[in-house]
Amino acid sequence: MVDGAFAAIGEGLDVRADIDIDAHGLIALPGLVDLHTHLREPGREDAETVLTGTQAAAMGGYTAVHAMANTFPVADSAGVVEQVWRLGRESGYCDVQPVGAVTVGLEGKQLAELGAMHDSAAGVRVFSDDGKCVDDAVIMRRALEYVKAFDGVIAQHAQEPRLTAGAQMNEGTVSGELGLGGWPAVAEESIIARDVLLAAHVGSRVHICHLSTAGSVEIVRWAKGKGWDVTAEVTPHHLLLTDELVRSYDPVYKVNPPLRTAADVEALREALADGTIDAVATDHAPHPAEDKDCEWAVAAMGMVGLETALSVVQQTMVDTGLLNWEGVADRMSHRPARIGRLTGHGRPISVGEPANLVLFDPAYRGVVNPDTFATRSRNTPYKGMDLPGRVHATFLRGEATVLAGELVER
Amino acid sequence: MKRHLVSTADLGRDDALLILDTAEELSQFSGRAVKKLPTLRGRTVVNLFFEDSTRTKTSFEVAEKRLSADVINFSAKGSSVSKGESLKDTALTLQAMGADAVVIRHHASGAPARLAGSDWLHGSVINAGDGTHEHPTQALLDAFTLRRHLNPGAGRDLAGRKVAIVGDILHSRVARSNVHLLTTLGAEVTFVAPPTLLPIGIDTWPCEVSYDLDSVLPKADAVMMLRVQRERMNAAFFPTEREYSRRYGLDGARLARLPEHAIVMHPGPMVRGMEITAEVADSPRCTVVEQVANGVSVRMAVLYLLVGGATLADAPRTTELPEAAQ
Ligand SMILES: [Zn+2]
Repeated sequence: MVDGAFAAIGEGLDVRADIDIDAHGLIALPGLVDLHTHLREPGREDAETVLTGTQAAAMGGYTAVHAMANTFPVADSAGVVEQVWRLGRESGYCDVQPVGAVTVGLEGKQLAELGAMHDSAAGVRVFSDDGKCVDDAVIMRRALEYVKAFDGVIAQHAQEPRLTAGAQMNEGTVSGELGLGGWPAVAEESIIARDVLLAAHVGSRVHICHLSTAGSVEIVRWAKGKGWDVTAEVTPHHLLLTDELVRSYDPVYKVNPPLRTAADVEALREALADGTIDAVATDHAPHPAEDKDCEWAVAAMGMVGLETALSVVQQTMVDTGLLNWEGVADRMSHRPARIGRLTGHGRPISVGEPANLVLFDPAYRGVVNPDTFATRSRNTPYKGMDLPGRVHATFLRGEATVLAGELVER
Repeated sequence: MKRHLVSTADLGRDDALLILDTAEELSQFSGRAVKKLPTLRGRTVVNLFFEDSTRTKTSFEVAEKRLSADVINFSAKGSSVSKGESLKDTALTLQAMGADAVVIRHHASGAPARLAGSDWLHGSVINAGDGTHEHPTQALLDAFTLRRHLNPGAGRDLAGRKVAIVGDILHSRVARSNVHLLTTLGAEVTFVAPPTLLPIGIDTWPCEVSYDLDSVLPKADAVMMLRVQRERMNAAFFPTEREYSRRYGLDGARLARLPEHAIVMHPGPMVRGMEITAEVADSPRCTVVEQVANGVSVRMAVLYLLVGGATLADAPRTTELPEAAQ
């Protein structure tokens, strides 16, 4: 790697290097790209900052993350998205591509200045009210139409609000037994069905955040079959965990959308394997301890995920034979970069391309210990769990951000 | 047997019978002039109520005092809890006060389970009703009442007895606790409600489900009417109060369809009208007042077995109550 790009690739190269890594048994992947990260800055720096979040991203093998807009203040103006973008630049660990809010204050009523956010230094192309659903069909239609002017995409958090009022977990057998308000699958599926039809109608592209049900997969599959410009993501935790875990009433499992059933998990894995689901997105949602160390009903929703994503994908997709490492590169780097229209990421590992690279050790075995996380928060459902693999090194434009599994001082 | 009583699903048949038999013995003391037993002398029991419930709280308090426990009432209403103090902080305070047991009523499902599963508190946790999840001592007093009427005697269970539970099953912690306990004791439970008031996934529960009260009544040994809140009507769970009463209310005519020996139960408080008519509520077959009295005995038994030092599993089967004999 020279000047941020791959200079030469191959065996027996006659070069002098500053860094020499014994990469025996390691997998080389293009730097990972996350479409869905909550960095919490500005406003909740006690949970995460751009710096700690990008450090966590580097530890997870990421070289670019999309930062969600539900900050305080909301990233619904050029000023806030530029601030976040600049903090990412300064961190030096990972590129931060801000996601702009679709509506002012995430309130679902009035379109935010989507064009101004696009025209800003941050160059926003992905817009989302994530955390909240753009449930008004007219607002959603207008947003889809409007962003066509600058090749933007609306990333929808699909959740019909009336059907999920008071929802605490997946609606099903377990919620019935536990007496917790249910989040029916149809509340997600009905919005996805509506939005793919709207996107097709106005000829725009729509991206569906964190698919969680088998029915959602079917709708996306159908829409893609029609040739419509629909993309979708799934989180690592929806590929691994089920609502049975909620029986513990441990809020570490409280997440939005909720953990679903084993049948949903299976459908999501298959859809990621066959490409119906385009990308793995972490929905990294850091929360300070006090927001989780409480009773289920008042606990915050979400879990951290940047540092464990690749391991969960190895366990659920690679070790099961559903996806090879090329497939992982496609779903965790190439396609998410394409959806976000990032030009400097998600490129093939070849001469002249930006030297964004992760070296991953799939043979590593270890127990997840959140105390070693770079993220400021510890709300991981994998604590104490045996997950395979570990990021050995990460390079952002040729500069090491992680070496030998340790964060590099920058 | 666990240190806590969070769910009736945690009670095996022997545990459940031990509680009922112990309650039966303890109930004899309520007829005496001096009702106090020294069993829990020096032990501290905290009643931690995040939700108003005069009936349940009073019942526990009477039970605790009859066992000579030091009782602390910690009402979350108007305290720092309503200003946002967490359950954890409250629990740490109670731990510092040396609580041997915490009787907790909470509006959120799972709060007692969270308390029992955490390391915030070392004493026993007794669930006095959590959200729409469970109310185990209510189920125990219901089972106690059922046994007295349908199969009286220590060591006996409810095998083959048919119990219909009618009304808002979806939001009922009483129904959830009863279905576990009654089936553990051998009874056959049928839930009767409109489909909107039954939880998703009920087909996996150990019970029958019917939408038709009239067809269930002739075979029932007991019918337990649940409170239906008028607010449910506004949330479209059923069309009108009148329609609900016609289809799922218990009136004189329906009472007559029950077998001669069958009893009518209600967890209280009864609001005469929508789910039960005054005629039925006042009938001698209605056990509501008796249920209240039995509640004290059952709660004494639970406290005695959990806090009195003996765990339910290793306590002697025939309870001698040595301290009581003094
Ligand atoms: Zn979301």
